[in-house]
This record gives sequence, C-alpha cells and structure tokens, in this order.
Amino acid sequence: MTLAAERDSEVAYPDPTPPVLGGFQGLPSRPGWFSQHAGTAAIFAVLGYLLGHWLGNVVSSGYANVQLAGTNSVPVTGGLLLGVLGWLLGIGALNYPLAKIAGLEPRPDYETTSWTRYFRYTADHKVVGLQYVIGVLGFLFTGGLLAMAIRTELLSPTSHAFGPGTYISIVSEHGTMMMMMATSVIVGPLGNWLVPLMIGARRTAFPRVEAFSFWIFSAGYFVILSALFYGGFPTGWTGYAPLQTQAGPGMMSYLVGFAVIGLGMMAAGFNLAATIINYRAPGMTWSRIPIFVWAILATCALLTLATPTLVAAGLFGILDHCAQTAFYVNEHGGSSFLWENLFWFFGHPEVYIMALPGFGIVAELLPVFTRKPLFAYKVAAAGMVGVALLSFFVWQHHLFQSGINPDMRPLFMLTTELISIPTGFIFLVGMGTLYKAKIRFEVPMLFCLAVFFNFLIGGVTGVFLSDVPVNVTVHGSFFVLAHFHYTIMGGLIFAFFGGLYYWLPKMTGKTMNKKLGKIHFWFMFIFFNLTFFPMFLIGLLGQPRRVFEYAANLQGLNDFASVCSFVLGASFLIFIANFVWSIFLKPTKAPANPWDSLGLEWQTPTPVPYYNFERIPVVLSDPYHYSEDDPPAVADLGDGTLVTAGASSPASVAEDPRPPVQ
Amino acid sequence: MVVIWLVASVIIDVLFAVFVAPHVPPGRMTDNASDNQFDFNVLLIVAVPVLVAVWTYLGYSLFVWRASRPGAPEPVGGPQARTHLGVQVGWIITTTVIVLGLFLFGTVRLITGQGSGGGEGPNPIWTPTSKDILPVQVIGQQWKFTYRYPTFGGFETSQLVLPDDTSIAFHVTSLDVIHSFWAYQLSVKADANPQQDNVAFTTTTQTGSFTVRCSELCGIWHGAMYNYGKVVSKTAFMAWAKATEKATAANTKLLPPFAYTYVPDANGADGGYYPDNVDPYSNAEVYGATPGKPTPSG
Repeated sequence: MTLAAERDSEVAYPDPTPPVLGGFQGLPSRPGWFSQHAGTAAIFAVLGYLLGHWLGNVVSSGYANVQLAGTNSVPVTGGLLLGVLGWLLGIGALNYPLAKIAGLEPRPDYETTSWTRYFRYTADHKVVGLQYVIGVLGFLFTGGLLAMAIRTELLSPTSHAFGPGTYISIVSEHGTMMMMMATSVIVGPLGNWLVPLMIGARRTAFPRVEAFSFWIFSAGYFVILSALFYGGFPTGWTGYAPLQTQAGPGMMSYLVGFAVIGLGMMAAGFNLAATIINYRAPGMTWSRIPIFVWAILATCALLTLATPTLVAAGLFGILDHCAQTAFYVNEHGGSSFLWENLFWFFGHPEVYIMALPGFGIVAELLPVFTRKPLFAYKVAAAGMVGVALLSFFVWQHHLFQSGINPDMRPLFMLTTELISIPTGFIFLVGMGTLYKAKIRFEVPMLFCLAVFFNFLIGGVTGVFLSDVPVNVTVHGSFFVLAHFHYTIMGGLIFAFFGGLYYWLPKMTGKTMNKKLGKIHFWFMFIFFNLTFFPMFLIGLLGQPRRVFEYAANLQGLNDFASVCSFVLGASFLIFIANFVWSIFLKPTKAPANPWDSLGLEWQTPTPVPYYNFERIPVVLSDPYHYSEDDPPAVADLGDGTLVTAGASSPASVAEDPRPPVQ
Repeated sequence: MVVIWLVASVIIDVLFAVFVAPHVPPGRMTDNASDNQFDFNVLLIVAVPVLVAVWTYLGYSLFVWRASRPGAPEPVGGPQARTHLGVQVGWIITTTVIVLGLFLFGTVRLITGQGSGGGEGPNPIWTPTSKDILPVQVIGQQWKFTYRYPTFGGFETSQLVLPDDTSIAFHVTSLDVIHSFWAYQLSVKADANPQQDNVAFTTTTQTGSFTVRCSELCGIWHGAMYNYGKVVSKTAFMAWAKATEKATAANTKLLPPFAYTYVPDANGADGGYYPDNVDPYSNAEVYGATPGKPTPSG
C-alpha cells in the first residue's frame, strides 16, 4: 500500500472526541476546591467505612460473637467494602453510571495542566500513568520497610525484636503488599503511560476504566494496610485455609484487599488489551508493534483471565468468615485443598504477570543502548505468548508435597520445565542483540543488564524447584524465598527502575541525575545479590520460610543477609533523593530524545499534548532500524516529518491535509 | 570464548563434584536423602555450564563491544542483525533437549526413588519394595508434632525414634491447620492436612539425630514448631518402643483409638477428637501389620 493510501485508510479512525468522564452538568467544568478530588475521596471513604461498620454490626447482631466486636468479621468486611465504595464515589469514579441512571447528561473530560489533575479522576492516560508511579512506589517502599523489619527480627536466632504475632503479621503484610504492587508495577505506570503513545493512539480504549483501575488500586493500599489495625493476619500472602478460617478480622483486610486489587488488575488488563488490539495507528501491524507492547498484551491476557479466580476464591473466604459457609472448612464438607488450588491457579499466572513486563522493558531498551535491531523479534513475541499460555498449566508445582495425587507430579514437572524454554528466549534475544553491538552503559542499560544476571540465577534455581525429588528438600525453605526474590525483585523491579530512568525524562520532561542514578544502581545491584544469594544456602541448610527462630549455626549467614538488606533498603533513598532533586528541586529540562530512540513515544512533543498526536501517525516499519546504511522510515507523523534512524529528516512527504487537533 | 567457557565449566564442575557435592544437604541418613543429594548435584553440574556460558558471553560482549572502547567498530544493523535461523533453531533445540532431559531424569528418579520422601497423599503409588515397613503417624497441631506408633499399641510420644536400616511409612495428618512435616536430614517432607492421611516413605541407612521442622506457615508460633528425632539400631529401637508402650499405657487409653485421620469432636466440650476414616486402604496388606482397630474407649 502506498503511503498516501495508507493514510487515507485512516479516515475510518475515530475522531478524537473527548472522553466523557461523568460528573453532572451543574458542576463547574474546571473544578476547584469544592469538587471531587483525593480529599473528598478520603472523606467519603471514612464515611463509607463508618456506615459499613455500623451496618455490619446491625446485620450480625444475632451472632454470638458480636459481643466480642473485635473478632467479628462482618462489620469489618462491611466497613472495608463500603469504605472502598465511598472512596470511588468521592473521587468520582461512579459519576458516569450514576448520571446515566439519573438520566443526566455526563460532562466531557476537561484539559488542564494544573498540578491538581494528579489528585483527580482523569481520563488522561499520562496522568493515570504518573499517578500509578507514585502509587506503586508507595506500595514498594511500605513493603520494603516491612522487609527490613523481618530482617531485623532474623538478626538473632533466639532473642526477638517483635512478638511472634507481630512478626507473622509483618511477614504476611510484606508478602501481600509486595505481590499486590508487583502485579501492577509495570503495567500500571509504564503500560498506561506508554502503550497508547507506542502504538500511535490518542487515548486508551476505555479511559474511565483506566482511571478506575488506578483509584481502586490505591484503595487496595489502605485496605491491606488496615490489617495491621485489626491485629494482622497470620497466613502469609498465600492465605492458606484453615489458618485463614481460623484467623481474626485482619484476614478480612487480606480477602477484601485482594478482591479490590483484583478488580483493578482486571480493569487495567482489559483496558490495555482492548487498546492494543483496536487502537493501533494505521500501519502498526502485529510485526511492527514494539516488543514492550507484546509483553503488555501477554500480561493483560493473564490479568484478565487469571485474576477472576482470585476474586472468586476471596469471595468464598469472605462468605466463610461472614456468612458461616464452609467452602474451606474440612469438618463441614469443604476442603482446604480448594483454596490451595484456586489460589495457585491464579497465583502462578500471576508470577508471569510479574515477569513478562520486565522482559518487555529489557527487550525494548536493549536496541536503543546497543544501536542494533532487536534480535529475533518474532521469537521474543512468540515466547511471551507461549509463557502466558503455559503459565495456566503449572500451578500444582506449588503443591508437590501437599498430599495431592502423586501421579500428577511428573506432568506438572514437565509443564514447569517446559515453561523455561519460552522464558529462556529473553536470553536468546538479549545475547543476540548484544552481539557486535556498541554498548552504552547508561543507567537504564545497567538495570537491564542486571536483569539478565539476576534472572539467570532466579531461572536456573527454578529448575531445581521444579524437579520433584530436589523439591522435597528445598520446598518451603529459604531456597524458594531466594528464588522468587531473584525473579521478582531481581527481574521485575530492576526492569521497572530501568524503565523509570529511561522514560521519566519523557514523562516529566526533566532529566534524572546520571551520577546519582549510577550510585543507586550499584548499591542496589550489589546489595541485592549479597542479601538474597546467602538465602539459597540458608534454605539448603534447613531454614523454613516465615520462621522467627532458626538454628544457631545459621546466624552468621542470616546476619550477613540482614545487614546487606539494610544497605539495599538504603539504596532506595538514593533513588528518592535523585527523584526529588531532579524533578522538583533542581529540574533540568530533558532533551527531546535523550537516548536517540526510534520509538514513537519519543517523537511527540514534551510535555505530551492531551491528545498525544496532532495527527495520527502512519507507521511504516518497526522501531528497531538502528545502524542501517539506508534505514527505512519508521513513521510518518503527518506534519511532513518522517521518523528515520539518525535525525528526523526534513519534510519529504506532503503534509496531512486535515487540520491538527486543537 | 568457547575455550574459556569449556575450561571454566569443567573446572567449576570438578571442584564442586570433588569438594562440595559430598557435603550437600540433606546428607545421607536415608536412601532418599542420598538420592536427593545426588539429584541436586546432578542439576547443579548441569546448571554450571549454562550459567558460565551466559556470564562468559555477557562479560566478553560488555568488554569487547562497549561503546567507549577506542576504535570500536560501528555496529551493523539490517536484516542480518535481526534474525539468524541457525542460532535461533539451535537455541530452541538445545534448551528443549536440556529441559526434556532434566524432566526424564527427574521422573525416573522420582519413580525409582519411591516418591523421594515427598508426601504422596492417601493413596501412594510409589512404595518401597521392602515387605517390612514400619508405620509411624505424624500428627501436626498448633504448634507441635507428636508421633503415634500403631504397631506398638498406638502410643503417642513427642519423640521421633526410628530404627536403622528399615523402611518407614510416615502417615502425616493434622488436627487443625495445614502444617508440613519436614524431617530435614531424612529428606522427608509432607504437608499435614486436617482429615487427610498424607503418606511419605523413606528407608533409613545411618544412625544419628535429625531435625523436624514445620515448613508450612501454621500461625504465630510456626517458627517455634520443631523438635528432634533420632535413628537408632533396630534392637535399641525395639527396646525403646516396648518400654515407651508400657510407660505410656495409661495415657494411650485416654487417647482416641488410632486412626489415619482425626476430626474435632463437635460435642466434646473438652475439645476431644474422634477417629475418622479408619481404613483408607488395606493397611494390613501393605505393611503386614495391623494398626489398632478402633475400639470403643472406656
């Protein structure tokens, strides 16, 4: 198809009408203090909590345990649910449906550059992306503080910093918060911010759903944190019944929290999948979309298909606690195996929800910093889809020693080991791209290279765990713990920080300090490995997970890991200092394209206008044409500019006849 | 690069095999402990060349192809840098062969290792060949393990004592939440589920003491749920078992009759338990021993 014809075919592309956010016509179009923002959300949440708690007490007034109000799950559940509802109502997430129900005309979204938009319900995916950045960092740093509390307790095998109840609450809270954060850490901030720009779209498919996903995610933070005020929960992030059934009202924070986060995960996944499938610019074929978009698409498939299981399983748990059902109560016909299977049927795909976006970032950044095309693009894309597909068939490897039928063991050993083949493609892609390259050691590149180092250890130890005979020794020990910290933190979180350093200049228009970035990287990389590598040995030497007492001969290794973990924690302070200094205190304007990337997201002006592209670009090839003698144009931006490797060439095509968007 | 890889892999593997491998946990106190030690060592010896290959390549490429190197040549893009059929197919075939090889190895070791000491659920399919299997029941509860010996009148004790050179069937169950019975040096791990009889086998080959830890989070004192056991000679074991049976006879009478699982007594205000699911499979046939039949307790 010729260029002109391709652009003409774009006529069918929807005009950029502003998304309707909701809100009532009577409200001012540019709201000030007396309108809906995070403050009203907080007030409504508190009111909703009080109402729900009162209602719960009314509903359950016939229960014997209501006299012990502290142990009654019904008012806690009611309070948390109505609190979340109030939060959503207060921020304005429900304005649109309510206006429709009331027969009122909802009002369109408004464009604003005021900083207050970061505290509002907005249809701008770039605002939602930055809201997510702060949100996931909040989760990450809270969880990180809890991790250091755990390591403080483990400084000594016998004397204690915390009581056993407090300790187990901290462990559970740490695990749950980190898992909740990790499901959204890249899809939320970078996925929402970048995907529409990368595929040449003006917005995501469902902007209200996108904003909903963030605001319910942020509500989840407070819900899971509330567990600490109800005495915590003793189950760890896996929430195994019957311990779950036995636990106090803190358990409700876990169950409601995962349900709330799960709704957000489904919303985010659904929105981004629909966007990627339907909102690609003309010429953005499946073999031209950036590899990061492939990773997000595969992740979205998992988010939408695996998460409902978790929400349903959590609902059963809530019913067990509040309505005296017996889904997980063995004595009354339920089964604790039901929870184990439902949980891991969600839980294992979730592990890849945490791995795939990291691969996407690494594969996206490598070509930029090696000045080479991505090696084996199709294998990389196929690998991501393959991982997504296979990840639904491996969950019983968490239950090898649990007493399930033994004859399933070889099958799940096979599927688990098979999944390492498509996972290993990321190494093929990475090593192929590095071959005879021109490697620039910028901060984002360092993080990407660290992912290869860490994930290799995480992946190889995963094969040890999948081997049933070896699993007998390492299952449930610190070996497992080290393994999944190497994959999730060593893979995902390192990739996330690489992505942040890479894209923050675009997202904020400010440059992060390079020197501080490198110091952050080296501290984080070295002390991450020094913290978690000894844990493989600790596990092999017989220390189970989640214990507060351990064999005296393991004190040396544990102390070493603890001290290193404190330095690891402190390394994030360097990041925070860098972030605050470079973005707020001494901002330096970032160059338009600091890394010389061909990605479409870098071709937009900074700050990116509300509608991203004045004219919908026509995509002519994939964005990896680095170091070619006669590179083809990557995209036609419609204003007479062709994006090609090197610099944007002067106008070589006719300008798009249509006027740009205002 | 290939030479570096080959030499480094061989050196590390040989050093590991000679100096470290014999001391790898869980040791050799039982046949499946030695099996698991061997399996771990095999996996590690296979893993070393993979790790060294990637690290050698990364180190080499980061050094040789760094942009700051004086006179670094310009990279060449274009179609030839995007795909290489041989490399891609070779990669896929190599990883597939390694993975399928490890799968076959694991499966064969699992089956010949009679379940490798893992919990096989109530209907184990891989059992020791020995006719003479000592059944020991492991009861997990918050927060301790106790043990019942059905072939010795079903007495219950908090000491796990096992005879040397004997196949043992651990019947692991729980009275409350999920625990996991991890006899570390024996290389036995089986979840203790309420109302389920999870069977794990091992055959002792050495005398000595071992640690039992709970390896599934079971509540606030999970970290304190451990005790120690020992493997003693057969004669010492018989003497111990008979003496303990006699010494605890009065206690045994008060216990619920031996059964593979127990459920809380809904009517018992004292929190008692009654036996449940007494004969999940014909025990007499498998073990040549009859665990205590449920008798109405006095």
